[in-house]
Amino acid sequence: MKLTGAEIVWECLLREGVDLVFGYPGGAILPIYDALTKYPQIRHVLPRHEQGGTHMAEGYARATGKVGVMLATSGPGATNLVTGLANAMMDSSPLVAITGQVPLGAIGSDAFQETDVTGCTLPVTKHSYLVTRTEDIAYTIREAFHIARTGRPGPVLVDIPKDVQNKVIEFHYPEDELRLPGYNVPGKAHPKEIEAALDLIHSAKRPLILAGHGVLMSGAMDEIRSFAEITQTPVALTLLGKGGFPENHPLCVGMMGMHGTAAANQAIQQADLLLAFGMRFDDRVTGNLKTYSPDSKKIHVEIDPSEINKNVKVDVGIVGDLKMVLRQLLPKLQTGQHQEWIGQIRDWEEDTSERDILLRLAAHPDGKLWAAQVIAELFRCTEGKALTVSDVGQHQMLEAQYYPHTRPHSLLTSGGLGTMGFGMPAAIGAKLGRPDEEVWAIVGDGGFQMTLTELGTAMQEHVSINIAIINNSFLGMVRQWQEFFYEERYQSTPLKNPDFVKLAAAYDIPARRVSTKEEIEEAVQWARSIDGPTLIEFVVVQNDIVYPMVPAGADLHAMIRRPKPSESPDFENNPTAI
Amino acid sequence: MKHTLICLVENKPGVLNRVVSLFRRRNFNMDSLTVGRTHNPDISRITVVMEAEPGDGKKVVMMLYKLIDVIEVQDVTNIPTINRDLALVKVRTPDAYARNAVTDLCYERGARLVDIGPEVTIVELAGAEESVESFVEALHQFEIVEMVRTGRVSMGRGIRTMEQRDYKSTRFAAYVPSVNGGGSAEHDDE
Repeated sequence: MKLTGAEIVWECLLREGVDLVFGYPGGAILPIYDALTKYPQIRHVLPRHEQGGTHMAEGYARATGKVGVMLATSGPGATNLVTGLANAMMDSSPLVAITGQVPLGAIGSDAFQETDVTGCTLPVTKHSYLVTRTEDIAYTIREAFHIARTGRPGPVLVDIPKDVQNKVIEFHYPEDELRLPGYNVPGKAHPKEIEAALDLIHSAKRPLILAGHGVLMSGAMDEIRSFAEITQTPVALTLLGKGGFPENHPLCVGMMGMHGTAAANQAIQQADLLLAFGMRFDDRVTGNLKTYSPDSKKIHVEIDPSEINKNVKVDVGIVGDLKMVLRQLLPKLQTGQHQEWIGQIRDWEEDTSERDILLRLAAHPDGKLWAAQVIAELFRCTEGKALTVSDVGQHQMLEAQYYPHTRPHSLLTSGGLGTMGFGMPAAIGAKLGRPDEEVWAIVGDGGFQMTLTELGTAMQEHVSINIAIINNSFLGMVRQWQEFFYEERYQSTPLKNPDFVKLAAAYDIPARRVSTKEEIEEAVQWARSIDGPTLIEFVVVQNDIVYPMVPAGADLHAMIRRPKPSESPDFENNPTAI
Repeated sequence: MKHTLICLVENKPGVLNRVVSLFRRRNFNMDSLTVGRTHNPDISRITVVMEAEPGDGKKVVMMLYKLIDVIEVQDVTNIPTINRDLALVKVRTPDAYARNAVTDLCYERGARLVDIGPEVTIVELAGAEESVESFVEALHQFEIVEMVRTGRVSMGRGIRTMEQRDYKSTRFAAYVPSVNGGGSAEHDDE
């Protein structure tokens, strides 16, 4: 069969099971776009900016577990991918980005729209290719998908010059084995490693599981639950680990880290055994490494060998697929009882609830709208069953605190890179991948405006996402740091915002504004009843603070916490004082 | 301390860039870097000497393994190796006296005169870095006009070779101290 390089690209995508791609056309990738006309079985979604497209592809990938595909043209099209690729790299999301490149002969001549894309994206991709022969396209795309989705997943970029796309060759799909002598996918643990881990597990008095994104990516939800239940080990979650273990489970102590639950952080510091499952001891979860969980032995099960002993020295490091390793451990586990330890954690949790803003507001309503109330009401109205996609900032941490997740892949957020603007486009990608889900994009007014141009995509493709803007007219998390650490000098954080309801109207997207707690439920139900995208702007209190907070680099137990009522001097007059 | 790493990489365009870029972005300082072909046309061999904290050797090895094109990495800092550095030094030899003196020095140090012109002489020494250092030091009695060194290349002694190592088992071998009876999480750099 004689095909052009461009047609071969689509033939290969079909064979990888791709039925939806995101992409933005341009000169150097036009042959691939022209060839798409012959492949109507593949749906193409046009974002309004390539960055938005990569976030959509990532949202799609993380919601479905499939590889997200993003196309872009050379030069500016390709450089606009960088943020999205970096985000996917940090959060280990499987993406394949295909970029057009100027013709081979023009490479290196500073041709129009020429950029060294494989060079630009080198540190933010798992791997990348510049394809110089049409004959290599098929094999390269196959290898790219394999690398993107296996091991620790990540983004892979394939750069194809225009003349390589145009050349016609006799096409044979390469069925032979991939030649990757330097790439191996970890699987099971060595029996000695299992024995060493079991010794520690069975002698622990105060064990704690730290469950990360790896739980979801290896599909080890059932295994981790069995592990926790058999050994009666409490489970703390990373932000990206949410959904890996049901948060309504009695053994769940919630999120760990900078804005995690106080109980989880206290438990980490007091534990005598940490079982780090598919997580990487990011600085946002460890705080000061010198004082991190000082009395514990540590077992680290992780698919990426370079993560073991990178930040935290561990006693048993197991490189492997978490699901496989847990399956090796499970039959050998002895049932455990840690009543005293779990009782201690319960005490910490009670101490936390006394400081909770919602309980305080329930007892002393102040008529204002607080971001935490919005999230909690959203949780109640959606019965906790929505797929939420948060952006980055205070609302993201409040979502993590007040929207407990019980199902895997029901929270998508930008964890490692903290990319403002991720939320709304990722929600579009998630909804396109899982159309039966109720998808809520929970975004701040700052982050929303970084990629609000994608409202156009939601409109054109009629993507039924509900956008909840938590609007405090501030870059709230930065404001919080300025309040705590920069003597309340709010330099460049107040925002003068557009009328978001009118903005949505310009895109023909139904929208409402909510500024009291009483209006939330009706607005949420209204949005749920509408087919197509909707937007609700929640106007919330400005000087809100996300508690607890571990200052960057501080000891994990040195949390800044909301004072208890008994500790607040002016509690009677100002019960919600923060 | 100085670490010496040997990497076997796929002989493809851009691979050296990936390796070097890793050192740059992880903020490891390279002392020297040599790249060359091996007897296998699909494989190139890189020797890197870098300045790093004692525990960092293992980290770099693990990060290098993350590069898809890197097939095998070995930190040979603490294992018996043969190390060689090659220097070409051009010295000013305007008269017979100078030329004779250079010739004598070369003879003494096992170096070679590789080019003699009317004004300058090029001498070559391949050897362990210390002997190259001391040779260059001795050449300072003449005027050094130009000098180039390759940087270290290393090869482990004995029958075991890089290619024979079963990287599938070694690259993922995490550390299990309790098996070895120790309780410390310290890594050997070997």
